[in-house]
Amino acid sequence: MITIKNLHASVEGKEILRGINLEIKAGEVHAIMGPNGSGKSTLSSVLAGREDYEVTEGEVTFNGKDLLEMAAEDRAREGLFLAFQYPVEIPGVSNINFLKTAINEIRHYKGQEAIPAKDFLSLVKEKQKLVELDGKLTNRSVNEGFSGGEKKRNEIFQMAVLEPKLAILDETDSGLDIDALKIVANGVNALKNEHNAFVVITHYQRLLDYIVPDFVHILYNGKIVKSGTKELAMELEAKGYDEIKKQFETVT
Amino acid sequence: MGNEVLAEHINKDYEWGFITDIDSDTFAKGLNEEVVRALSKKKNEPEWMLEFRLKAYRHWLTMKEPDNWAHLPYPKIDFQNISYYSAPKKKAELKSLDEVDPELLKTFEKLGISLEEQKRLSGVQSNIAVDAVFDSVSVKTTFRETLAEKGIIFCSFSEAVLEFPELIKKYMGMVVPPTDNYYAALNSAVFSDGSFCYIPKGVRCPMELSTYFRINAIGTGQFERTLIVAEEGSYVSYLEGCTAPQRDENQLHAAIVEIIAHKDAEVKYSTVQNWYPGDKEGKGGIYNFVTKRGICLEDNAKISWTQVETGSAITWKYPSVILKGNNSVGEFYSVALTNNKQEADTGTKMIHIGKNTRSTIISKGISAGFSNNSYRGLVQIRKGATNSRNFSQCDSLLMGDKCGAHTFPYIEIKDKSAIVEHEATTSKIGEDQLFYCKQRGIDMEKAIALIVNGYCKEVLNKLPMEFAVEAQKLLAVSLEGSVG
Repeated sequence: MITIKNLHASVEGKEILRGINLEIKAGEVHAIMGPNGSGKSTLSSVLAGREDYEVTEGEVTFNGKDLLEMAAEDRAREGLFLAFQYPVEIPGVSNINFLKTAINEIRHYKGQEAIPAKDFLSLVKEKQKLVELDGKLTNRSVNEGFSGGEKKRNEIFQMAVLEPKLAILDETDSGLDIDALKIVANGVNALKNEHNAFVVITHYQRLLDYIVPDFVHILYNGKIVKSGTKELAMELEAKGYDEIKKQFETVT
Repeated sequence: MGNEVLAEHINKDYEWGFITDIDSDTFAKGLNEEVVRALSKKKNEPEWMLEFRLKAYRHWLTMKEPDNWAHLPYPKIDFQNISYYSAPKKKAELKSLDEVDPELLKTFEKLGISLEEQKRLSGVQSNIAVDAVFDSVSVKTTFRETLAEKGIIFCSFSEAVLEFPELIKKYMGMVVPPTDNYYAALNSAVFSDGSFCYIPKGVRCPMELSTYFRINAIGTGQFERTLIVAEEGSYVSYLEGCTAPQRDENQLHAAIVEIIAHKDAEVKYSTVQNWYPGDKEGKGGIYNFVTKRGICLEDNAKISWTQVETGSAITWKYPSVILKGNNSVGEFYSVALTNNKQEADTGTKMIHIGKNTRSTIISKGISAGFSNNSYRGLVQIRKGATNSRNFSQCDSLLMGDKCGAHTFPYIEIKDKSAIVEHEATTSKIGEDQLFYCKQRGIDMEKAIALIVNGYCKEVLNKLPMEFAVEAQKLLAVSLEGSVG
């Protein structure tokens, strides 16, 4: 699905990612954990194609294509989805209109016809249920006046509608209460299959109780310093990040 | 463009018709009393109309061209270098769409204008286009009959002067007197033509007066005059303009629009203005200096102005409402978009005189490129206008860092019971918003269109449905290449 080799990236001349190596196959769920400032969000931004970041070294192959060569919108059209940590508001643009535009842009890219209105509506209805999103929210402006939890659920809802190949969830659990967390996790679990993959970026182990990862990676100072299975996350939860910091401070 | 084509055919009719030698009709450049007299004579106007023009002209001579009080730098206009009467100009004949500027065709396509309409607008001669024109003429006649059944008068201003002199005498200049301002005085002296619309008591105009107007407006030239009178309890929705790019050889446009709403009457006036804004450097664009004003003459009258302004090199325009009748309502909904080197200074005046009068102002400015976009508005609550209310919201959206947005609200309150609210925001299209859209597969151009249309939604919602869709596309086209 995606292969990241020796990825270095900097923002305003400051190096944040210092050689990331990661291989994710279809059907897998990877968790990336790490203390604040370790480069978790930078990694998701770089993969999604945000322009503020400069890739200085390394390569990323996404389904056989050079990801870093692609414009942000083409990465999305190729099936890469980012659930934002801080979803933005777009006043006056209804959620539904936004999604329809997105779907049709992606279909257009793939040489498909625009989605018939009827199919679109039933798709929306079906996916709405999945994340228990209030029907009213789909007609409101994108994220405008949504609570923190509603915004995150809206991200998962969009993901469900767009059915990406690779979804990156950037701290989707932050600011969620336990009920909302379960809803988000249930959504992800329902969408999971052998053709897609998920990257769950999180600070806490909590979300991983509900979305069980196949692999856990610990990011520190812009590098993956440790990889393992879900036990690693529990270990981390028990010991805290200080141990990691102590252990790897000298490495960088 | 289309103007010339139809005008040409109208001309041809005239050749064989009542008016002779119209083809040779272009006055020498310059303005003096003789020119005003000759113009009036040309139009077979009655004596009182000539007197009106002369009085306006003499007053105009005593006035000074306004200094740059508006936020608009532009070179001085040489009023002696303009011809004040000319037969509609003939455009170079094109044989097929292949000869039309491909950029223009692209724009047409994006606006969703049909091929036939495209031909008409770009001045291509074809039998079909001619048929279309004649079709329009017959459509016009059909409309006119439907309207006449209801007692609605809708005709060119010139016709109205001859056919309904009493109405014109009574209402012309009532809201915008010839002495009002420099350009209004000039218009009053030399206005070429325009439209007259009269809705009798208790009549609800059964159609949007749009298609008709588009045809009707053809060839009326640079000094238009529109007069709308709504009698007691009547209603009319009036649409002006066209979303297709209108090129014109006249650089200065100084129009007047007057609206009179009697007791319980309601007039909705919608404009989509997309005149040629000039090239990227702003060269050759149109100067649009318009005086638009309505009066709610009696109780419970309502006047709404809705405008989407994307064209012209310079726009100077303040559609206003005088709220004289008690409980009368004035509304102003505006989207003004400037790109490249365009300049706009636009807004409204709400003059509260009657009791319990209410006004709403929603202004959305969008600036891109090197343009400047100013909102200038006056809310005046006169003494005795008890319990009057105004709500104003002026938002500015900036794209890039070379453009400007300015807000100049003037508030004069002479009555203590008034409630006046003013809100203003300035925002930039956020990188975050654009990235969010792109991450969902939406490219930059579509993303901008989406965000801008969302931003203007409150105003676009006030436009008649069909017009709103066209306006949305127009906003997107006007912003092309403005970011990135």
